[in-house]
This record gives sequence, structure tokens and C-alpha cells, in this order.
Amino acid sequence: MVHVGGASLSNFEVGQEFPPKTFLIDRQLLVAYANASGDQNPIHQDEAFAKSVGLPDVIAHGMLTMALAGKYVSDLAGGSGAVREFSARFTKPVVVPADSTVELVISAKVSALENGSAKLDISAICADSKVLGMAKAVISLS
Amino acid sequence: MLDPDLVGRTFAGASSTVVTQEAITNFARVLGEDNFEVAPPTFSISITLAQSQTLLQESGLDWSRVVHGDQRFVLSRPIVAGDEFICSATIESARTMAGNEIVTVRSDLHSGTELVASTWSTLVVRA
Repeated sequence: MVHVGGASLSNFEVGQEFPPKTFLIDRQLLVAYANASGDQNPIHQDEAFAKSVGLPDVIAHGMLTMALAGKYVSDLAGGSGAVREFSARFTKPVVVPADSTVELVISAKVSALENGSAKLDISAICADSKVLGMAKAVISLS
Repeated sequence: MLDPDLVGRTFAGASSTVVTQEAITNFARVLGEDNFEVAPPTFSISITLAQSQTLLQESGLDWSRVVHGDQRFVLSRPIVAGDEFICSATIESARTMAGNEIVTVRSDLHSGTELVASTWSTLVVRA
């Protein structure tokens, strides 16, 4: 049996807000994510290509932004194994210029508690813009 | 344009995928995760992406104009090393809005008869 972790239900209440955490994104991370996920779309690595398709610069994989938000949720949940549902809209691209580091700030709030699980509303902000919309997760609690 | 006759059809993967510890560890490390016992919640995209991309391209979608609209994961249990999955993809809907084509594809990962993960990807083909 796999140990799925699991935070205690008693540590969660509706309306509770969890402190933000900043994740740093640079070109190196985009290459690492491309290699780990298999998503080698050149818009995430090749500046000339990204600009040729009308983007301002290289952009992060939406799925990388979501995966980092997933790491935040996993930490709250007491481990990745407790995450049951996770969804998000990609509302704005995270632009990652060469030789720079972009800050992605994730936070979350408990929207509901039911049947031993917590529903979370997740916020993901980059350069004062919301980059994930309607981001929600369900985590099981012990 | 996607062939409208394909909406609602399910395409089963021809071969199974075995999840390696290396794949989980590599994916988790990129996110700063140091527990490699189970896969991160979005890990299944690394299994399903290639199949859904191939299916949609073969169905007439111009992948070079595709942006990711939204994504949803439902997991009945965590994915672990050694899991062997058959991946199927279903084109759930296809519509046009303001000239953009919007396609939703669901991918299911089955281990034997157990449905372990379902993911929904909505892709927007920019006009």
C-alpha cells in the first residue's frame, strides 16, 4: 500500500487562506520541464520561433505553471498522493525573457470541506497578472 | 478543421505505458518536489500528451496554432512507479467561437480494469 500522506482535516476550515509561496521560473526550468514532460513545443524554448508565431517572447508551458501550483497544493495536502482533482484555465501566458527569472506567486483558500476532503481555490499571479483562472483542487484529508 | 464525425469517438492506445521511477523522479525534481514515492498530480500529462497530440493532428487540427485553454485532472489514486497503463483518448467536443476552434479531449489511464486517472484538455486553435 502506498503511503499517500494526507494532512489532518482538523487543520482546515472554510475560508482559511494559506500564505503565498513564490516559485522562480527561468529558461533553464523550461528546458528541464520540456525534458521531463516530453512537451518540446519550441514556443517554450526558442525565442525566434515564439516571436514568429506572434508571441512576445518565449512563454512557459501552461502545464509547468499548473504543475508548480500542484506542488503548492501537494505541500498543503501533506503529499502529492492526497490530490484527487486539479483543474485550471490558462488565462495569460507567463513570458520568460532570456537571462531573467520570473516570479510566480501561488496561494490558496479553502472553499469547502466535505466527505473528508477539502476544496481549494488557487491563485497564481505573475507580474501582477492572474495566469491561472478558475484554478481548483480537491485534496483528501485524514 | 477537425472532422466533426470524430466527436464522441474513443481511440484506444495500441500499447501500454509503464511508469518508471526515473520518469516520476525527473518530473518531481523540476517542481522542487523531494518526495518521489508517488507522482505529482499533473504527471499523467507526460503520458497522455503524445497520444492526444497525434490523434488531433491526424484528425485535422493545425497543431502549430494550438494554445492550451484549460486542463483538468481527476485521480482515483496516486500514480506510482510500476503502474502499467493503457491510455485512451476521446474527443468530447469541438466547436467554433469567434473564429477560433475549441476542442476538448479526454484521456483515460486504465490499469487493467481500474480507471486511475482521467484528464480533460481544452485546446484552442487560433484563427
